[in-house]
Amino acid sequence: MGGWGRLWRDPRAVFGLAVLGLSVLAALLAPYLAGDPIVQRDIVATRFLPPLSSDLHGSFHLLGTDRFGRDVWARLVYGARVSLGVGVLAVSVSVLIGVLVGAVAGFWRGWPGVVLLGLTDFALALPRVVLLLLLASLWQPSAGLVIVVLGLTGWMTIARLVHGEVRALSVRPYVESAIGLGAPELRVLLRHIIPNALTPVIVAAALGLGNAIMLEAGLSFLGLGVQPPTPSWGNLIASGRDTLVNAPWVAAAPGVALVLVVVGATLLGDAVRDRLDPALAGRG
Amino acid sequence: MLLMLVRRALSGLAVVVGVVTLMFFLLRLAPGDPARLLVGPAATPEQVEAQRRALGLDRPAPEQYAAWLGRFVQGDWGTSIATGRPVRAMLAAAWPATIRLVGLSLLLSYALGIALGALQATRGGRLDTALSVLSVALFAMPGYWLGLMLVMLFTYRLGVLPAFGAAGFDADYLTGWDVVADRLRHLALPLATLTLVGVGGTARYVRGAMLDVAGSPFVAIARAKGLSPARVALRHVLRNALIPVLTLLGLSLPALFSGAVFIEAIFAWPGVGRVLVEGVVARDYPVVMAATAVSAVLVVLGNLLAEALVSWADPRVRDGGGSAMPGAGT
Repeated sequence: MGGWGRLWRDPRAVFGLAVLGLSVLAALLAPYLAGDPIVQRDIVATRFLPPLSSDLHGSFHLLGTDRFGRDVWARLVYGARVSLGVGVLAVSVSVLIGVLVGAVAGFWRGWPGVVLLGLTDFALALPRVVLLLLLASLWQPSAGLVIVVLGLTGWMTIARLVHGEVRALSVRPYVESAIGLGAPELRVLLRHIIPNALTPVIVAAALGLGNAIMLEAGLSFLGLGVQPPTPSWGNLIASGRDTLVNAPWVAAAPGVALVLVVVGATLLGDAVRDRLDPALAGRG
Repeated sequence: MLLMLVRRALSGLAVVVGVVTLMFFLLRLAPGDPARLLVGPAATPEQVEAQRRALGLDRPAPEQYAAWLGRFVQGDWGTSIATGRPVRAMLAAAWPATIRLVGLSLLLSYALGIALGALQATRGGRLDTALSVLSVALFAMPGYWLGLMLVMLFTYRLGVLPAFGAAGFDADYLTGWDVVADRLRHLALPLATLTLVGVGGTARYVRGAMLDVAGSPFVAIARAKGLSPARVALRHVLRNALIPVLTLLGLSLPALFSGAVFIEAIFAWPGVGRVLVEGVVARDYPVVMAATAVSAVLVVLGNLLAEALVSWADPRVRDGGGSAMPGAGT
């Protein structure tokens, strides 16, 4: 994997890694960085404080408070745990399914390939948000359900990519010779093909992460995702919607965080893809 | 060409049938009983059972499915469990609003996105960097959030544009140009939101596609022939870069439609998305099924349209696709 060092000279990669790294760090260190995101005391005196102000008790509110006097920064940081966690887990589910489907379809090109490719194309044509809305509303909304639903509706692009890669790799001489030497097919697939087919998956996963975080927020915004009082960026935006006139910062802050993280993931994905492109082109 | 379109139409139909079937059985699998919702919490088990029988929910799922499909194909889409109104009338009232919003935003976001992407690819330098930052930010922006921010600015701060609905409360009393102005003012914010969110993705894609094409040998030859840079950019690079963009248009339709679901919910826009969301929340089976079917049909039709455009724009696809009849496309 020589040449990954060059990634550090790409400002997009640096920005993306920095934003994602800082958000993950903030999410992990939430208890040290902020107070309790749910506690409400003395609502009348502490509600709707603008950003950068202190309340009567002397607590400082970096991003102000909401209509219940809760600290917006605390809710943002704790919300990052939920939003990033849901996003990462959902993408992991998608990657797992996508790699499995793509690899099987690319390696065994008989009926398993035809069936799986047909399934992929069909799933790709499904209206994702309609499906999400339906699934999320039919079962009790929760973070776990959002992960499963996002994971189950996001694997198709990855399956397509892996399928292409595996197909190209499986006719390479080293694979044919491995099979000729009597290595079991499954072992060849797992040991020799899949590891070499994973690089484009990184790009797709980075782009998928941004998308998953955005969709989680969308579902939570509609009240079909993570339920209050557990903070997620989506339900924070939704709660800010009602106080747009009095306290615009309540909705603005989580939105800005969301945009930054999605931009970070997208730019990182772009940078990695450009880094990989010459390799992809050189393969012929 | 014709053969290809027929084949694509058939596979589109398969997708619609698949979506609808999937939805039907998912609805039956899910917990929650519309009969119970309808009769209320105080009903006796006998009343719930009677309601279930009246809705046909007591029969086995495959039988319900066959009955539903038969009626649906004949145009009997049932009545809404929640509102008691005929589902067809509800959707007939809703889909023009969605088409208006999605169609206009599609046109605008592609026009703006192609212009921006072309500008970036041809100019390069600082302008390219600045516009790249802008387009990736727009691309990353959730529509419902951008919508809220626009509402905050234009409705609450500046007080110039309405934030809800497709027409004002006094719409029935307006005449002449006032009606048009009222409609346009209500369209402004949802349309701007949906368009801005779409521009980013399109601009990113067009820029990439143009840079790809600009590296081809035929572009170097065009330059070597002494054609002006503007002519090369427009006639040779942009034209060829637009073919994958047309394909993207078809692929982005489901996303745009999905985005419209959120935007309709925010702006109380009376379209299919809002009917769907309200139906889902109220567990209104007939409404959800019909709204799902209609949105699947709209998406599939959009994809077909995009494919027809691609084959019209790209002779290689046109002739390759209808290989049984060489030259049939002309």
